[in-house]
Order: sequence, then structure tokens, then C-alpha cells
Amino acid sequence: MKNQHLDRFEIRLSGLGGQGILTLGKVMGSGLALGQGYNVTQTQSYGPEARGGASRSDLVISSEKISYPKAESVDLLIALSQEACNMYYRNLKPGGLLLIESELVKQPPVNNFLGLPFTSLAKDKIGLVQAMNTIVLGAATYLLPFAQQKVIRKNLEQILPAKIVEINVKAFNLGYKEAKKNFGDPEELWKANSVVVPDEDTDYDSI
Amino acid sequence: MARPKKKKNKEIFALGNEAVVEGALLAGCDFYAGYPITPSSEIMEIMAQRLPRIPNGSFVQMEDEIGGLGAVIGASLAGRKALTATSGPGFSLMQEHIGYGCITETPLVIVNVMRGGPSTGLPTSPAQGDVQQARWGTHGDHSIIVLSASNVQECLEMTIEAFNLAEKYRTPVILLIDEITAHTREKITIPNEAEFEVFNRTLPTMPPEWYKPYEETVRGVPPMPAIGSGYRFHVTGLTHDVNGFPTSRPDEVRELNERLFRKIDQFLHDVQIVEEIDTEDAEVAVIAYGTVARSAELAVKQARDLGVKAGLLKLKTLFPYPRKATEKLMYRAKTIIVPEMNMGQISREVKRVNNGQVSVRTINKVDGQIITPAEILKVLTRV
Repeated sequence: MKNQHLDRFEIRLSGLGGQGILTLGKVMGSGLALGQGYNVTQTQSYGPEARGGASRSDLVISSEKISYPKAESVDLLIALSQEACNMYYRNLKPGGLLLIESELVKQPPVNNFLGLPFTSLAKDKIGLVQAMNTIVLGAATYLLPFAQQKVIRKNLEQILPAKIVEINVKAFNLGYKEAKKNFGDPEELWKANSVVVPDEDTDYDSI
Repeated sequence: MARPKKKKNKEIFALGNEAVVEGALLAGCDFYAGYPITPSSEIMEIMAQRLPRIPNGSFVQMEDEIGGLGAVIGASLAGRKALTATSGPGFSLMQEHIGYGCITETPLVIVNVMRGGPSTGLPTSPAQGDVQQARWGTHGDHSIIVLSASNVQECLEMTIEAFNLAEKYRTPVILLIDEITAHTREKITIPNEAEFEVFNRTLPTMPPEWYKPYEETVRGVPPMPAIGSGYRFHVTGLTHDVNGFPTSRPDEVRELNERLFRKIDQFLHDVQIVEEIDTEDAEVAVIAYGTVARSAELAVKQARDLGVKAGLLKLKTLFPYPRKATEKLMYRAKTIIVPEMNMGQISREVKRVNNGQVSVRTINKVDGQIITPAEILKVLTRV
């Protein structure tokens, strides 16, 4: 399958330290970079605390060379905590999608968001709360119009240590399936959300 | 008969810190000593895994950064190619030994991943506050080479370059990167052996009894045997004569000090590495280095789209400061903008070169955040 041409598609993953945000960024980034051949930069920012502080990872995906490595206007914002959602919602660009952990983000800033209870899914269906980030990866792969499920999954199998591959592939498939069940067609989602910016030259009188 | 298939270069998705390790190993590094510190720790962690697997490779975790650089100097004198990596507080501890490396003319590479300071500062945030410290941190008048890298591929390339310059000129080389580049993952290409050059120190060719360790040569760089290889070799931090023994005779002292400067200064064209982007017709130009150069690159592109004749001079060598490249830029540009994550450490050098020809504007940011393209674009479009 041929890659869709991209010019700076920006994803921000945000949440709490310990949720596996940085690992999620690494797995997603390497899948898109090495698996699909895009140029990807993945930056990270975290506090000095080991757990509980704010954690964030930005991915910029492009078919062209990437200059500035951080996200400026985010196409897909993934917020796994209320704090992160509050802090970064303003960076979401018009027409961007917001994906939240619906049990941790109790007060979403807008009505048109996408939410799944990732932590409960990990606990109840996978039996391992740490697999939460891989469920998010599955859901995100479904939402990204250019991400190829097979390539991302294969890359996941390659970079994880052998003893946790099986459970993570299960989590990935669960995330993908849940997203498909709950969110509907991703192309429709991006289209419905997109804002039509009128051309500067548009002559409104003649319309 | 089919031609042999060209081997495809290996691609990896790696951190800036991992790229430093890849570059060091390609350049022939076989010794690492140091003490871990955020945000440089990954260099040490990966070296600990990789070095024991290569022939003769040694890795030592020392008691602190002072010991780390001490071990690196010793290893280099014994013929190894040695690396250490640190960040702000550790770099301050290393200063005395950097001077020892300079006067004993020991090739070595120090990677300093800059974080917010002073003191413990902001361990997980970027800054560019150690630029002048890298140049002048150790006491005494000395010459030194300071390089920088602005993306992950450059981390690999500039580490190879750092080893080559260290070996070529028998000097400590400091590679400055910042927290963002060190902790950014990107797809990079590992070059084939044919695609880059590795320079090794010149060994003495005369019989051991004729060898004088610090004798003048055409390049100003004396040949350097490994300790224990049969050549008599005395090493001291005291100012020494051509035999390596302490002296205070003015003629010998002057000769040594002048040679230490001359050996680098007469090859500035080789040492000073810059990259020019859209500078040929630039009326307003940005001079930047490190991750800020990436913001500047995007800002310059955006300014061009708006019809501003903008350009970027990206510094890969910070010291000796690339004076010629800056002067060339100033013939054409009317305004130079210097964005930095400090209060003006390279803009000081730019102003020194400027001598009143153009207007030099600075953008300084010391809040632990990167300077964004929008902030540079605002200045670019207003001048």
C-alpha cells in the first residue's frame, strides 16, 4: 500500500508519568518511521519525578524533511488525564481530533471528543493495567488515516521484549476493535470535524 | 553476471543520545568513563551495553565526573579513543581536567547535554547556557574546539567529526547538544564505512631514542605514541619543554603556548563547520545553533513564503567562532537575528565580528522552553 503524502501531521500524547506515554510515543514513532518510511520526530518532556508528574510526547509526521521537531498546532491530541486535557486543548488546531481516557478526563472541554475507558479496558479485558498505552496505540492507529494497522502491529512485535509481545498484541487489537466499534469511519470523523476556511479572495456579495 | 547489489544503509529510530553512541563507535571509540546525569544518561547506559562487545572495548563507571574525565585522559594517553558525556553540573566538575587535556595535548571528546542552570537548575529542560563555559571554563589562556549538533542525524555526524578533530589536532573537543535534541527520536541513517572518514592520531616514525614528545612540526601537532609502546613520554600539567619536562624559561614557555593556539588557528577552514540555508540573497539572516536552529529553519521558510528575503546560518562549530562565514553574511544582510536559550552567549561573538556594519537583534529565552518558530518569525517579519 502506498503511503499518503503528509506535510506536518502533529500528534500530542499527554498524561501522567507512569502511564507509558513515552513508550507509546516511541512505539508509534518507530512504526511510522521504520515501518511506513515517513519522517518522524518524537520529542518528550517530563518532570523530574519518577511517577505522577505531567508527561508529554509530541510526534511530527511528514513526507518532507522536518525542521521544527515539536508540535505547534496539533492534529490529534491524546489526553490521558484531566490536567493534560486542560493544558493542551488550546494547542489543538481547528478540525483536529481529541481522544481522551473517558474515566480519567471527567470534564472534557468540548462536546465533540472521542473517548474510551482505556484503563478499565486494560484491567478488565487484558488483565494488565500497564497494557493501557498499547490499547491507546491500537485506537490511535484506527483513527490515523495514514497509519497501516499491519505495519504498526508488526513493528510492535519487533521492538518489544519477547515475553510481553503476546499480551501487547492482544491489547493493540482490542484498542483497534473498540475504536472501530465506538467511533465509526475515521475518514468521516476527520471530514466532519474539519473547518472550511474561506479564501481571502472570496466575494461574499456574489454568493 | 549480475552486479553485486548495493547494500542498503541501516536505518534506526533513535534518540539523539543513541546517535552520539553510534557516531562514537563508528569513529573508533573504544573507551568510556563517566558518571550518569540527566539528560545525558542514555549515552552512558548504551555505552555500558555496547563497549564490552567490541574488541578491546572498556567501560568504567567512575566515582564522579572528575574521575570520569581523568580516566578518559589516561585512556587516551594509552592509545585509546575515549569519550565521556555529562550535563551542566558534571561539566563544571570537569573543567580542571579539560585544561589538563589542553596542555598535555590529549585527544578526547566530551559530550555536554545542556540543561537548565545554574547549579542543579532544571534537569529535564533544555538550555544553551554552557556555550561560553565550554570555551572559557577551564583556567588559563587556551585553545579548544567546541561543536554543536541540532538534530539526531547531526548528533551522529558531529560525534564522528569531534573524534576526527580531536585526533587531528591533539586537543579536547567538546560537543554541545541540548536536552531536546538528546531526547528527540528520529529516523537516522547509519553511514557505510566508505561514506565517512576516520582520522587517527599521527604516530612517531623515528626510533624511540630520537623522539621528542612536544617537538614543533609543520602542522604544529607533534606525533603521539601510546604510553608503553617503547617511546619515552613524560606527561605533566606544568608548562613543559619539548621533552615534556617542566620549564619556566620564557622562550620555551612562549613557544609552547603559541603552538597550542597556532595548531588550531592555522587550520580554521578545516575546523569551522557551518551550514547555510537561503543565505545567497538574504537581507535578514538568522544565526542559530542546536535545536533552536530547527525553529529558525522553519521560521526562515515561513518568512520566505511571506516575501521576506530571509536566510539561516547554522553553526556546527561554535569555537573557534566562524568569523569568516559571519562576515560573509554581513556583506549582504542588513539585520542579523541571534535566537538563543541563554541571555546572549553567541550573540556576543556575532557583535564582536559585526563591528557596527549591521544591526544585531537577539532573542533570548531562559524559561526552560525552546524558542518557537513563531517567536523568530515575529522578529523576522518586523525588521
